[in-house]
Amino acid sequence: MVSFKINSEEVSYEGDADTPLLWVIRDHLRLTGTKFGCGVGQCGACTVHIDGAAQRSCITPVAAIDGRDITTIEGLAPSVDELHPVQQAWLENDVPQCGYCQAGQIMAAVDFLKHNPSPSDDDINKGVTNICRCGTYVRIRKAIHRAAELTAGEES
Amino acid sequence: MSAVLSKYRVTRRQVLIAGTGIAGSLVVGLPVFAREEEGERAIGYFVQINADGSVIIGAKEPEIGQGLRTALPMMVAEELDVDWDKVSIRQMPLGIVKTAEGYTWKYGGGQGVGGSTGLTSNWELMRQAGADARRQLIRAAAARLGVEESQCGTKPGVVVCTSMNSEIPYADLVVDAAALPMPEDTTPLKSVDDYRIIGTHRKTIDAHDIVTGKAKYGVDTNQPHMRYAVIARAPVLNAKVASFDDTAAREVDGVLDVLRIDGPSPGEPYLILASGIAVVATSTWAAMKGRAALKIDWEESPNATDSSVRFWRENAEMLKNPGQIVLDDGDFDAAIAAAEATVTRQYRVPFVSHSPLEPQNCYAYVKADECHIIAPTQMPSGASRAAAAVTGLPRENIRVDMTRVGGGFGRRLTNDYVAEAAMISMKTGWPIKLQWSREDDIKNDFYRPGGLHEMHAGVDRDGKLIAWAQRLASGSKYYRRPDMPDENLFGAELYIDDFPRRIVDNIRMEYFHNAIGLPRGSWRAPAHTANAFVIQSFIDEIAHETGQDPLQLRLDLLGESRDLEYSGHGGPVFNPGRLATLVKFVAERIGYGKDLPEGRGIGIATHFTFGGYAAHAMEVTVVDGKLTIERIVAAIDCGLAVHPNAVDAQLQGGTIDGLSTALGLEITVKDGQVQQSNFHDYPLARIAMVPSLFETHILPFDDVPTGVGEMGIPSAAPALTNAIFAATGQRIRSLPIAGQLA
Repeated sequence: MVSFKINSEEVSYEGDADTPLLWVIRDHLRLTGTKFGCGVGQCGACTVHIDGAAQRSCITPVAAIDGRDITTIEGLAPSVDELHPVQQAWLENDVPQCGYCQAGQIMAAVDFLKHNPSPSDDDINKGVTNICRCGTYVRIRKAIHRAAELTAGEES
Repeated sequence: MSAVLSKYRVTRRQVLIAGTGIAGSLVVGLPVFAREEEGERAIGYFVQINADGSVIIGAKEPEIGQGLRTALPMMVAEELDVDWDKVSIRQMPLGIVKTAEGYTWKYGGGQGVGGSTGLTSNWELMRQAGADARRQLIRAAAARLGVEESQCGTKPGVVVCTSMNSEIPYADLVVDAAALPMPEDTTPLKSVDDYRIIGTHRKTIDAHDIVTGKAKYGVDTNQPHMRYAVIARAPVLNAKVASFDDTAAREVDGVLDVLRIDGPSPGEPYLILASGIAVVATSTWAAMKGRAALKIDWEESPNATDSSVRFWRENAEMLKNPGQIVLDDGDFDAAIAAAEATVTRQYRVPFVSHSPLEPQNCYAYVKADECHIIAPTQMPSGASRAAAAVTGLPRENIRVDMTRVGGGFGRRLTNDYVAEAAMISMKTGWPIKLQWSREDDIKNDFYRPGGLHEMHAGVDRDGKLIAWAQRLASGSKYYRRPDMPDENLFGAELYIDDFPRRIVDNIRMEYFHNAIGLPRGSWRAPAHTANAFVIQSFIDEIAHETGQDPLQLRLDLLGESRDLEYSGHGGPVFNPGRLATLVKFVAERIGYGKDLPEGRGIGIATHFTFGGYAAHAMEVTVVDGKLTIERIVAAIDCGLAVHPNAVDAQLQGGTIDGLSTALGLEITVKDGQVQQSNFHDYPLARIAMVPSLFETHILPFDDVPTGVGEMGIPSAAPALTNAIFAATGQRIRSLPIAGQLA
């Protein structure tokens, strides 16, 4: 049995230890905001935070997260009434088209901004690798810059 | 009004059957999306006004990212005269009605999104729905106040009667309004000058749900007692199952059943794409593990030797002989013989996959006398037909619900995955959710057809284009369509009214069909993606060969604003002057003609796509074979931009889709098997491709909207390859570009 925390709740999973975390989150825990896109860690639609670091849950076996702390898109906002600055920036720039990749984009951007609090476009090009099939990249870039501003504002 | 609209226009009596909901709601139409369990009883086709003044508008079309779930309700809200922040949206299911003549649409218009028609086909219907509801509220107020209808007007959410110095909120009028019979005359619509919502910047209505992970897609479907299914499909085109051993698969924890799926025989129309073995389990992962444990022997397929190498060789051979003449304006032979200079070139456009990021999936529950489908689909009526074909049930007994769709791009115009899900549910008797993997998706698609184009041009002494020919050998998209005669296969690949028809006098188009076994279908802006690349590259080459400026040659050919006959989709007219305006605009914005350093160049291209107009200008640098897109200027003329925020998004996304595809994407076949499988070998562009300098512009024209979903793609690729030529002198005549730059 594997036990871990997800969005601050203690949970456990008794199925196959090699089950990718993605399918435990989606089928077992019924948190469907984390998406299945490629199954091989290429597209990033399945990005979650494991102990605060962005990871691709489709290639993370559940056995590897025993005792660890997972955050999914459903647990990102600090409260029901308040969004995370990255979510807020995504809304301000109206990023989504089909929207399918956006939870993963947001989770990736949150971690990216932790390491690059004031990124250049070049930093974004190198550090943000999630695929958006609709091509919302122009707005994703704007939203990342905006999120950096919002975060800096919160901290000052 | 177009013929299509008239055909589906609902009768006034149908739209306006009014009644009262239990919460004092105004109901216009018949209940279609009421949440009975939550106490809502009667909700109309499109409009419900609640007692608290909030408004629910029904979204009848699938949302694939094009923004219709926001744009169509904007039209209703405009005419209804309510504040946009009072509006929420609810998805409607497929509505079809059986009549003596067959099935017809329930809501007064078709449902389905393709060909950039989702907005235009609903332009009249949605505004009228809003206007009719507002009219009834006004009439109810007039009756209450004892005044003529003409003495009342509205401001958002309120009927105003100035002569009586009275204001009555809509919510207080709903019961009276619902009881009123409908007037005989047609309610007039607003003039464009009075719009407060249409044409204004509005955010995507579902954006909050999306950024918080609440938005539901097909993959997120969860129904009581639902099982999970995957299919091991034939790796070779058209191969059938000879035998299989499921012993190990059945031993996998959670696997419940294993069953055979029979696909079509070679040449037959597709209901599903491939034969295979389905595994049903208690979870997606268990089903996938079960599938991995299957041992399947496949029969030898007649397509086992199909290959891309052979396909491209055959195309080149075909072009050496005469083909099917599909257009012959003037006298091409005489004109080319008389030309001062001639130019001949070949261009190659590859097969590509749709790869929507949400892999195909479908929930199906087939019972003895009814069936429930929940699917991410662009064509819910097609889903209904697919389920009917599998189950034999009458279509009125098949309920089709639509989820938000994780990308369409034309892939989900075809409902093969719905048919598969229905097969599995019917055979097992269980409610199941079929899940495709990414590999399933890339290897089993209705690919954009590949083709080899041979172009001929003749230019007179003054540099004027006097002869033009396009000869195309390709795998037609119409391959394996039911009742499709061979002589009509060209129609999906050559759009005979496209530029430069009716501009150049002597034009010939010739087609050769190559029946490779790869399935083909509609890929966003279908043949326009190929033809815009070919035509806009060739115009550039003609200009360079004959000592003309590529921009000026385009402007000379496009000429002034005027309507040319256009019989294809997007007609009835094509105004080349609208393209000229866009071309001039993007050229000026990017600084066409300015001095550029070594290795840097600017390219321009433009195209008319399904009724809409777009142009691109791009500036690139190529150094030591490394391409950098420095700047993109994209402009669209979609007539009246109803939802400008989404127009801008579609132009951005379409441009990026066009570039991503041109840069690196191709599907190839060897030994009858698709060779690509996932994003490592089908590398969709990431953010690094997109330049920081990327601007989009919407140029207004008149007050009638066109579609916008596909217009951003076709001219993107040739603008890029024209820029590469300007930078390097290297002409890209074969896509994708990857690996060609020296």
